Amino acid sequence: MIDITQEIIGSSLRIATPLALAALGELVTEKSGVLNLGIEGIMYGSAFVGIATAAQTGSLSAGLFAGFITGAVAGLIFAFATVTLGVNQHVAGLGLTLFMISFCNTANRIIFTSDGGQVRVDPWQPFNFGGPIFSQYWMTYATFLIAVPFTWWLLWRSGLGLKIRAVGENPEAADVAGIGVAKTRYTAIIIGSLLMAAGGAFITLAFVGTFTINIINGRGWVALALVIFGRWKIGRLLAGAALFSVVNAGQLQLRLLPSFSDVPFEILLALPFLAVIIGLAVSGRNVPYPGAYLKPYKRL
Amino acid sequence: MNSVEGVAIASRGGAPSIFLSNITKAYGETVALSDVSLDLRTSEVHALLGENGAGKTTLMKILYGLTQPDSGQIKADGVALQINSPRDARAAGIGMVTQHFSLVKNMTVVENIALAIARTFSLDLDSVRDAVVAASTRYGLEVPPDAIIGSLPIGLQQRVEILKALMSGCSYLILDEPTAVLGPQDIDSLLEVITQLRSEAKIGVVLISHKMAEIEKIADRVSVLRRGKVVSSSLANGITSKELITLMVGEQESGVVLRSESQSHGRDPILVLDSVVVKMEIGGLNNVSLDVRPGEIVGIAGVSGNGQTELVNILSGTLSIDSGTIAVEGATLTQNTPQLLMRAGVGMLGEDRHASAVHALQVMENLVLDCVDNFATKVQLNRKKMLEHCESAINQFEIKATAKQVFGTLSGGNMQKVLLARLFSRKPKVAIISQPTRGLDVMATSYVRSLISKARLDGTAVLLVSEDLDEVLELADRVAVMYRGSVIGVVDGANASREKIGELMAGIVR
Repeated sequence: MIDITQEIIGSSLRIATPLALAALGELVTEKSGVLNLGIEGIMYGSAFVGIATAAQTGSLSAGLFAGFITGAVAGLIFAFATVTLGVNQHVAGLGLTLFMISFCNTANRIIFTSDGGQVRVDPWQPFNFGGPIFSQYWMTYATFLIAVPFTWWLLWRSGLGLKIRAVGENPEAADVAGIGVAKTRYTAIIIGSLLMAAGGAFITLAFVGTFTINIINGRGWVALALVIFGRWKIGRLLAGAALFSVVNAGQLQLRLLPSFSDVPFEILLALPFLAVIIGLAVSGRNVPYPGAYLKPYKRL
Repeated sequence: MNSVEGVAIASRGGAPSIFLSNITKAYGETVALSDVSLDLRTSEVHALLGENGAGKTTLMKILYGLTQPDSGQIKADGVALQINSPRDARAAGIGMVTQHFSLVKNMTVVENIALAIARTFSLDLDSVRDAVVAASTRYGLEVPPDAIIGSLPIGLQQRVEILKALMSGCSYLILDEPTAVLGPQDIDSLLEVITQLRSEAKIGVVLISHKMAEIEKIADRVSVLRRGKVVSSSLANGITSKELITLMVGEQESGVVLRSESQSHGRDPILVLDSVVVKMEIGGLNNVSLDVRPGEIVGIAGVSGNGQTELVNILSGTLSIDSGTIAVEGATLTQNTPQLLMRAGVGMLGEDRHASAVHALQVMENLVLDCVDNFATKVQLNRKKMLEHCESAINQFEIKATAKQVFGTLSGGNMQKVLLARLFSRKPKVAIISQPTRGLDVMATSYVRSLISKARLDGTAVLLVSEDLDEVLELADRVAVMYRGSVIGVVDGANASREKIGELMAGIVR
């Protein structure tokens, strides 16, 4: 029993890694008053570009770097559309996601699967510090030991964070106080996109070592829900990620049990999503959205 | 009361049929209305005049059931009325068009009116449409019945609002500053509509306004509110606009204002505006030239809506200028952005304290918003330094709050003190201070005014924009009067007479 519990916790941490990274990225973005629905597409793009680069160069690090570049470029395009041009954030974000997914699928077909093959790399291997809980990929350690505290520090203890929160709540007041609203939002969107890209690259470069169609499989949307579930607070956001991951890891274990062999696996597969929906329904009411959520800012 | 009833005999309107008597209403410590009595009649345009905060809107909200008076009563034809909601008001024949329209933007004109008047479960839009067409012909209010509200210009949306009120059967119509949102042509046609409603449909119109020209043109009777009291109620043709402005801004109060000699004589001005033009559809600035010297308070007076807001906005950097120059300490600014203005030493207290701060942030965070980088060592915020800075500001400015309290939970007076602390801790060379005491209680008001005087003694050049003429006269060394987007005259503050300023506010230059 203890073994299974440890297995579940260990595998939860792995499952939670890309979710936590993407949700942190979305949190930074939304704190500046911008909703980035390109999250799923940015994860997809960096997952593909990451593994494609790693396969060509033979270097996983080069792949991760390429994933970051993909995220930064996508973030820049999204920021230009929503901040500079004032395009509707839903439209720009969904458009970005649709484009990234189709583009990567097409590129994948042309480069890798036209001859019936599949892109493969030797992924990063977990570092084992003893037991299933502490046998994790370096990116998982980095996520929980570096990215989480960094994001907290960035938003609540850095000068940039104060500016981000100010432009996300009341851009007029921030502008009069001499804070560059556009500059701050660009910065927040790009930092956010880099975190999302890290989440996407983790999946291909560490988790699976290959790329298949639909590899992100809605993880971006789950991360988006986690931000609302977490009411824009890091602790709650991580609790949401943990809930989803534990249910997910649990259902993976259940599938191995003989007594569950008759249950269609799709039902078990749906359980973590169901948990997020229920969680959202319970905690997603009267959420304190940032004051300038979805509102482009323009001077008079 | 006597004067009000005395006028009744002479008025061209019908017999008074709605009486508001001895209405008192306070919000916290601020008394919005004190013992106000007023009567309304059909077939009459009754203008309600007063500065912002004089109580006009509160009075009409009480009549329309949007808020309840603390004491006093409303009577219709001698029977006491209990108006607890707009629904009760409409049942009593009272309709209102507020400044913010209550129309559903993505529905058609007919659908919007159906929302207000249809009383049956099954909706017969065709019959509502017929009724709309009939009513719009009858009242002379032409509207396109099938147009989507959001696609209509603001003047037409307002007509729909008026038509909606009329069709729900009102015989009294309250219009809250209806011309504030309109351009000149729309204003003319609205005034025609109002005249027609009075003469032909026998509607009693209450027109809240502070534009003299339109009051002179169409009002039958004028009541002036000042600081929550009716100071005059008389026939419109027996009173001049100069008298009205004097009533609105008040008589000279007794007592000499104690003011130290201005330190500014002979010194070069710090802030110089030269022929500044801002072109806007409504309002804007028209060739404004103005200068402020160190150690001097220049007060801006004027009936609201004559360019004061635009003046403040160009100096905060949120409204760019079309031509002319702004110079600080002899250096002309290439562009009036917030960053450049702040770097040049211009500080700002905006007219709306809610728009000037971030409610969700802590007091100490708001206090450093305009100089975040000074409180960050490299990129890390120095929370300890922020806390010390905030605590010294809390002491110095007598702010009743803790450093880590969320700003939005503060009272108006304390919000204003935080913003003033932010302004003065930068030691600005020029301080632009707009409506500093609006909505504050007596204690907070006098404290805020003392801070402004102190800044003057410290050698700051202060531009004070206020709708409270007493405030301007109490504090300013010179008073510049704005009228239709220009500075129409500058009067020496020490011997400024209200009469002279009142003339200028009405646009009379001799």
